[in-house]
Formats: sequence, C-alpha cells, structure tokens
Amino acid sequence: MLTIKKLHKSYPIGDRSLHVLKGIDLSVEEGEMVAIMGSSGSGKSTLLNIIGMLDEADEGEYILDGVTIKNLTEKKAAIYRNKFLGFIFQSFNLINYKTAQENVSLPLYYQGLKRKERQEKSLFHLEKVGLRDWADHHPSELSGGQKQRVAIARALAANPKLLLADEPTGALDTKTSYDIMAFLQQLNDEGKTLLIVTHEEDIANMCKRIVRLKDGVIMEDVKVDQVRAEQYV
Amino acid sequence: MFDRDLWREIFQSINKNRTRSLLSGFTVAFAILLFAILFGLAKGLENTFADAFVDDANNSIFIYSGRTTKAHKGLQAGRRIQFKNEDYDYLKEDFGDDVQYITSRIYRNVTASFRNEKDNYSVRAVHPDHQYLEKTLMKEGRYINQLDIDNETKVVVIGRLVEEDLFLKTTALGKYLNMNGIQFKVVGIFTDDGGDNEERLIYMPVSTAQRIYGNNDYVDQINLTYNPEMNFDEAISFGRLITDKMKDRFDVADDDQRAIRIQNMAEGTKAVGQMTFALGIIILVIGFGTLIAGIVGISNIMIFIVKDRTKELGIRKALGASPRSIVSIILLESILITAIAGYVGLLMGVGVLKLAEPMLETYFIKDPGVSTTLIVSATITLIVAGGIAGYLPAKKASRIKPIVALRDD
Repeated sequence: MLTIKKLHKSYPIGDRSLHVLKGIDLSVEEGEMVAIMGSSGSGKSTLLNIIGMLDEADEGEYILDGVTIKNLTEKKAAIYRNKFLGFIFQSFNLINYKTAQENVSLPLYYQGLKRKERQEKSLFHLEKVGLRDWADHHPSELSGGQKQRVAIARALAANPKLLLADEPTGALDTKTSYDIMAFLQQLNDEGKTLLIVTHEEDIANMCKRIVRLKDGVIMEDVKVDQVRAEQYV
Repeated sequence: MFDRDLWREIFQSINKNRTRSLLSGFTVAFAILLFAILFGLAKGLENTFADAFVDDANNSIFIYSGRTTKAHKGLQAGRRIQFKNEDYDYLKEDFGDDVQYITSRIYRNVTASFRNEKDNYSVRAVHPDHQYLEKTLMKEGRYINQLDIDNETKVVVIGRLVEEDLFLKTTALGKYLNMNGIQFKVVGIFTDDGGDNEERLIYMPVSTAQRIYGNNDYVDQINLTYNPEMNFDEAISFGRLITDKMKDRFDVADDDQRAIRIQNMAEGTKAVGQMTFALGIIILVIGFGTLIAGIVGISNIMIFIVKDRTKELGIRKALGASPRSIVSIILLESILITAIAGYVGLLMGVGVLKLAEPMLETYFIKDPGVSTTLIVSATITLIVAGGIAGYLPAKKASRIKPIVALRDD
C-alpha cells in the first residue's frame, strides 16, 4: 500500500540547512494502524507531510498504492490528495464559517460531486461519527471531541485509501482522546489503513505497530498488541 | 465560471465575512463616487462652454468700421470709414466659396405700435443669409427673402416677445405694425436661443431700410460665415486676409486698429476647444488616478484577505482543491465585490450630482449628468479592475503551501 525507500529531507535555516529525515525506509500494508512516535524535532511530522503530499522529499522513493509520487504538479497533487488521502489534524482545521455538514462536504465538492450527492454522503458520514443531529451547527458550537469527529467524518467523506492523523488527540482531554481513539480503531477494524503521529505512549499503544523516530532515522519498528480504547470509555 | 457551486461558495464567503467585504467594498465605492462626481462636473463645465456658443453660428466673422487713427496715403487721421452695398458685393463675389453666408446689417431704433400697445425696439435691416448667421428659428411665417431685397418691400419679421408685447394674445402674422409712422406687414415670427433680448428684435430687408432711413446705400456692419470645411488656423488666416483686403480698399494703414475691425469666432472657438480638450485630459488623469487608487486599495485588501484566509485555503488544498479553484474563488470574490461596490458608488455619485445640480449652476456647471455610455463602460472597467486587483493576491493564494498554512502556531 505504501512504500518509502531512503527518504531524505532538509530544510534551509538561514544559510545552513537542517537535515530532518536521514534515510527513512518504511512500508505499510493495507489495513495496518501505525503509530509514528518521536520527540519534537525527530522528523515525525515532516514524514507525515511527505506521505500526505503536502511536502516533497529531496531524495528517495515514495510509492503510494502503486503510484510513484515524484515531481507532482500542484494540480496532480491536489487530485491525489483528494483521491488517496484523508487528513485529521491536531487543531481539527474545520472552516469556521461553514456548518459541520458543509465542512464534511468540501472534499466531495472538490471531487466534483453533485450537490445532492454531497448532501447524502456528508450526512451518512456524520451519522457514522454520531453527529447527524449536529449537521447544521458551526464548529464554534461544537466541543473539541465533536470537532474532531466532524474532521474525521470529513477525512472519511472522500473514501480515501489512507487516513493520516497528526496528533489527533493532542488538543483533547484523556477521556475524549480515548473516545476518538476508539472510533479510529473501529475504522481500522472496518479495514481502513491509518497512520497516526503522536508522542503519547498510551495513544501509540492503541495502534497495532509503533515506529519510533529519533533525529531523522527510524530507531525501532515493532508490532504491538493493540490496547482497545473502549475499555477506558 | 458559471459553476453554481462555485458562486455559492463565494456568496457564502462574502456573506460570512461581512466586515471584511464591506471594508474592501467601501474603498471601491468611494473611488467610483469621486470618479463619477469629477466626471459629472467636467461634463457640466463642458456643457456650459458649448451652450455659450450655441446662439450664433460659430464660424462667423463680423466686420465693423470706425474712424481712422493714423494718416495714410495722404489722408488724414480721424476719417470715418463707411461700408456700402458695394463692399458687401465685393466680399460676396471676390472670396467665392470661402464665404458660406453673408449679410449686411443696419441698426435702427424704432417705436413700434399696434393698436394701443406701443414700445421701443431695435431694428436690424439684413440680407436673407442673416437667418443662418444668427441661427434664427422661424415660429410662424417666413424670413426676409431676396424678393423683399429686390423690391424694397415694407415687411418685418418680429421676435416672439415683440408679438407677445404688442399683439397680446392674437397672432401678428399678416397684420400691419406701425413703426415711426410707417406701416410694415409682419410676414414672420421667430424665436432665438440667445435669450429675451434676441427675441425683442425686428428684422427688415436691408434695401427697405436704406430707402426709408436715408435714401443711401450705407451699411453699418457686414457679417459672414466662412466655409465650415476650413480648420481653425485656415479660418484665422482667412480673417486676416479679409482685414488686409478691406484696409487696402479703404486706404487704411496696416497698423490702424480702429478703422476696420474684425471679430473672428474661430479664434474664440479655438481657445474654447483647446480649453475643453485640456480640461478633458485633466479629468481623465484625475479620474484614472482615482480609479487606480481604488484598484490598489482593493488589491491591498485582497492581499489581506488572502493572508486572513491562508489557513482556510490550506485546508481546502489539503482536501483536494486545485490551484485553479483557489484562484477562481479569490478572483471572483474580488470582481464581485468591486462590481457591486463600484455600482453603488456610481449610483451615489449620480445622486450627489442630481442633488447638487441647482447649486452648481451658479458656478457655470450645467447638466452635470453621467451618460449611459459612461455607466456601461464604468461597469466593464470595474469588472476588469476587480480582476486586476484580485489577480495577484489570487495567484499568491494558489501558491500557498498547505503545510505552511496548517502549521499550528
């Protein structure tokens, strides 16, 4: 599903450059739920951004679902992002002036779906995250957990192959965090592939595999016994 | 462009960010308001100039005589120059096609009466061409014609106000007017755009006046219009040629300014034309300056808007928005705001002009209207302006990297 070979990435800082990723090799199969861990500055977010096509690697190979991702035009990148990927952010990144339903509809709009279809699909996904009754509410009227659920519904709307979550529970309290994790596990059970960046051990342990990064290299890549989040809810 | 969903997105964005939209709209509205007012004022000034010259044919040359101020060819200074019929014939024959219309004029003042009504009036004894020179409009009957000249008939053409004064509510046409004891038949009533004084005149055939008021062939003044195909410079030198010829004819020194005088409308018209032209350029420059200021203003605000929406645009991109869709969202919003705000400004400008119109007349500004053509072209300009104003910010927006936009700060 996803293969990365010898990935390098540097950022220029002043007249020097900061080598953030120093040769990453990673392969993720369909249906996996991978936690990417590391302290800040370890390069975990950069890796996620490259996987999410929000950023491009300097060197190395990246194959997603059989497609080599390299030298994409902005337009191509937009199409791939829309088709392959669903994003979940720490700060939710909902558009404030749009209702929950409109937010969920947005990727469908960029897919070129008709309005009626968008409405049906967005309601379906809101139903799935348990917020159908909140469809007409604006993000400011929702709690943090609800916002993240809307964001998850949005990420799911375009039916992507891979869900990328950057510290999805970073802005939530423990109870809500587990709540969200339980939901993500449920999605994984249904067959979705998930990549979750986190620095919290308990969140990482709720995944099926942990990849630890330090100073731009993979220190450890182990499969773990998944801790089910439901038991804490 | 005509994607309904795209417009829905744009209307939603404008609607949900009212302050921002109002702010940017205000700049444009104000610029257009100023533009419309300036344009209207200039138009009004132009109208005033145009009106000042509408009364008489504006290719006229008036030739007057006076007394010589310099001795010349053995003749003393102080000699009175008197034009006669032969001078009229000379000007008419010798200059051929260069002269379009020509008439002599004799001035007299008379006491005219009809039944019990009586008043003093100025009489002008003229040739038929005078009608075109003075732009006299016939209300009823006819003007003086060549038969009147040939037969020295006792007929008059009277102004609308003369008819009103003396004939009260009845028509004057065909009736006899008593002028200093002589009966003249009224063959026509005229109107004139030159105002009340012009409409209190009485015209009669020049030959009749010569017979009655002196039995001579004297003429007070000769008026003519030059061939309208001449340009201003040709017309001005034509005026000089006439002056020179007439001075020769009457043995007047070349540098004698009083004996023969010429008033050439071409000189004044040229000056007015140049002034109107200069005024037009100034208005154009100021107008465009204002417009550009407006465009820069909205461009600035659009840049601000793009900055303000960086995160949102980044989210959109992460969700699969193409650069093109980002450009169209910003560009169309800019065009829409510019067009609507500009139109409001235009309407306000027209309104202000309408309100101020009565006051402005004191300052020689007449009918300061804004024409339909201007409104149409302004609307097109506005849409283009909105496009220009929005283009750079939109381009900038399309280059936003989602990763930068989404960075948590």
